[in-house]
Amino acid sequence: MTALLEVDHLGVTFRTEDGPVLAVKDMSFTLNQGEILALVGESGCGKSVTAMSIPGLLPTHGVARRGSVLLSGRDLTTLAEHELESVRGKEISVIFQEPMTSLNPSYTVGKQIVEVIARHQGMNRRQALGRAVELLSMVGIPDPRRRCASYPHQLSGGMRQRVMIAMAVACDPKVLIADEPTTALDVTIQAGVLEVIRTLCRELGTAVVLITHDLGVVAEVADRVVVMYAGRAVEQASVGSLFAAPQHPYTMGLMGALPANALRTKSRRLAEITGLVPAPVDDPDECQFAPRCGRATAECRATRPKLAESRVDHHVACYHPGREDDRG
Amino acid sequence: MAELPTATELTTVSQPPTDNVLTVRGLTKHYAGGSRLRGGRHSVRAVDGVDLHIGPGEILGLVGESGSGKSTVGRCVTRLTRPTSGSIELLGREISGLSERRMRPLRQDVHIVFQDPYSSLNPRMTVGDIIAEPLRQQGLRSRRERVREVEDMLERTGLRTETRSRFPHELSGGQRQRVALARALIRRPRLIVADEPASALDVSVQAAILNLLLELRQQLNFSCLFISHDLSVVEFISDRIAVMYLGRIVEMTTRERLFTAPQHPYTQALLSAAPVPDPTVARDRVVLRGELPSAAAMPAGCRFHTRCPVAVERCRTEDPQLVGVTAAEHRVACHLVDPVHGGPDISTPRSAHVDHPA
Repeated sequence: MTALLEVDHLGVTFRTEDGPVLAVKDMSFTLNQGEILALVGESGCGKSVTAMSIPGLLPTHGVARRGSVLLSGRDLTTLAEHELESVRGKEISVIFQEPMTSLNPSYTVGKQIVEVIARHQGMNRRQALGRAVELLSMVGIPDPRRRCASYPHQLSGGMRQRVMIAMAVACDPKVLIADEPTTALDVTIQAGVLEVIRTLCRELGTAVVLITHDLGVVAEVADRVVVMYAGRAVEQASVGSLFAAPQHPYTMGLMGALPANALRTKSRRLAEITGLVPAPVDDPDECQFAPRCGRATAECRATRPKLAESRVDHHVACYHPGREDDRG
Repeated sequence: MAELPTATELTTVSQPPTDNVLTVRGLTKHYAGGSRLRGGRHSVRAVDGVDLHIGPGEILGLVGESGSGKSTVGRCVTRLTRPTSGSIELLGREISGLSERRMRPLRQDVHIVFQDPYSSLNPRMTVGDIIAEPLRQQGLRSRRERVREVEDMLERTGLRTETRSRFPHELSGGQRQRVALARALIRRPRLIVADEPASALDVSVQAAILNLLLELRQQLNFSCLFISHDLSVVEFISDRIAVMYLGRIVEMTTRERLFTAPQHPYTQALLSAAPVPDPTVARDRVVLRGELPSAAAMPAGCRFHTRCPVAVERCRTEDPQLVGVTAAEHRVACHLVDPVHGGPDISTPRSAHVDHPA
């Protein structure tokens, strides 16, 4: 099966007054139809920049982009802005972390959904409104007909995020990019929103790129996971394989630092990752995690390890990966 | 000082003396809400009758979702705001009604650490000045002694001595939160209120800050009211846990009991909604209906009944009290808790699964 979306050697550099910022250095991954792929990493690892460069949502000025983004074989990086406009919303749509700032406060939610449908599917207003009601009920909004007449400020955070999802899937996109979709929400509301995303994926076959820093959310919804560190993928695996036996020392560190891990091992101390994330100013030919890594050797500082298959459906960029029996 | 005992002294005499660092009874904080222009003035009951106590060296986790009133409790306890009613006893002294000026000398015993280390440190002050501020404010110690104490706090919080002359913008989020802890602890308070101290940080940095908090408690033996929305963090750090919903504590017990045998339907739903970082765990989730009601239009009866999957008629009319039904130290505000079976089973299709304590 060929992949629906193929990101190949993507690199993004921002030119700033203080010199270039290498936000994404070299990212490659694929996304299949109906699959939920999680991009995980801590602040500044480049996960959002990676995701936003897929539908071409990065500013054009002061940004250097390398590599290609293939959607069903078509390279999106070569498209002109007006061509991208017909891709966005129709083939790829995006939901952001903060639903209040991504909805227009001066229009009713019904009108905003109708606008998307009318723009891409050429329905008349009555048909589009009917479809909007249908979408709102699909994402679990009670009394959707009445809610169409509501303004964003009249809805709670969880409801707004459901509206965003309804709008995002209005045109049956092939790919949905969800950038920390539940981070601003309470856990009881988060559970409902994640459920909606999972259901859409199953029923409409939408593929999802889920950006998150929360490993709990990853374990809940993702099929496959890409762990990012300093602008690169350091590990890529199916969710089962990753959580059963993380191989990159950084992934192992992230999982070890979770309170859930200390609770499981009955420890009164959380495992820490010492040191700091390197500044994104250059790209030396070494493992960028080496200064913080307990397993680092001269080899790690001499050449950068490549992402290579270590087990079935499990890739890791490390000379000294963890084995299955490492996890305590 | 006056020879006659004051009213508060009399009440402390008439009650058995407790060695609690903090005792809160019937705490309420109401804010005026609504728009004056549209005529709808009403009061928002942010905290609406909270009782809790914290023993020496104890960490009480206060957990709840946005709008539950947990931060307002923290602000009342540190007297950053004046409670509407109720009593707050800090080391046996009543502080709920004290004026700003009368409160000032007592501030050495209670300090707060905020969530956002970017906005809680003055950007124009050096780290050394920030940490020394509680001493300087009260005109304590000579300049040289202050420098020595700052250096001691820097060392205890794992910061290098040179950090003293840095400005907050030169530090990472984790380092800033260490500075906030150093400032909070320089006067050796008996109580720290930590309001989501690690929530704005990445998981690896969060781990370091939580470890530090536990280490410092070991060294300096303070008590802590730890406010958080993150269940796994609260479970890790707390000795006892109180769960808040809409201005009230709905369940309060030891960490072990709360996580092995939660009784209040809200606690059960909250625990079942929390994502577990393990894909092999089977999920039978109870998703709550509806949204958190507004604190300006509190539901009658039990305030959780609008979302409770097992609510009965009594819940709609009668407000449940926080009482220990199955054990004195496991207090729950729910009519449906049974002395034998514990909390109600909120996942109706399955049979009773709650481990009931002996």
